[in-house]
Amino acid sequence: MKRRTFLRGTLASSAIMTAMGAGLLAPRTVLAAWPEGIMTAKDVAGATGGGAGEASASIKLDVPSIAENGAVVPVKVDATAMSGVESVSILVDSNGSPLAATFVLGADGVAFASTRCKVGKSGNMVGVVKAGGKTYHASKEVKVTVGGCGG
Amino acid sequence: MRVKAKAKGGVVDVKCLFKHPMETGSRKDKKTGQKIPAHFIQEILFEKNGKAAVTAYLNGSVSTNPLVHVKVKGNAGDTLKISWKDNKGESGAEEVTVR
Repeated sequence: MKRRTFLRGTLASSAIMTAMGAGLLAPRTVLAAWPEGIMTAKDVAGATGGGAGEASASIKLDVPSIAENGAVVPVKVDATAMSGVESVSILVDSNGSPLAATFVLGADGVAFASTRCKVGKSGNMVGVVKAGGKTYHASKEVKVTVGGCGG
Repeated sequence: MRVKAKAKGGVVDVKCLFKHPMETGSRKDKKTGQKIPAHFIQEILFEKNGKAAVTAYLNGSVSTNPLVHVKVKGNAGDTLKISWKDNKGESGAEEVTVR
């Protein structure tokens, strides 16, 4: 890795973490800065801003076990059983930049998020939930079959 | 953009379908061998009655023509405004009334 890009990456992610600590990454009425540091991070630890935390059975992660088309893989993260949820994120472990989407909840937000992701190759899909200052996750393996023969 | 917002038991199901290429920036054009520049939605803001309820930050790894489904506390008759912005500065917004 080039030293320059590495330094830039760490600087960006530390800036994001300080922003999170200061409560700047809360939902707001004006479209604001896109969290580039965690979005371009190359591993799960970087993309979650310090690790995926402990596994939790309260997070319901709904993904297909076999995806016939890796370009459109439906994902559903339901953490309505948890209280004090601040954000819900969807990560694809096998992608170059694992973080696919992160949903920051306001007062009226419900801990639920669903979308469709591109998944390059078979690997784990991770749903990460931040609640009460702690991080929890649930993960499930997805097999991407090219050609759609279900193997 | 197509939006469906339906209330049930104090919770509104908000389903949005965007028309967007969601180009990651790492794909190559087969003919020229050049990289296709990134072009994807970065931010979607869901506002209920003028107050931010959910902010979604997306990456290029969300599928083309993304479908985003969130839930917001609310009832029929509430106003929902959905605004989005992509990495090229393009943006859009739509306002719907919850059914």
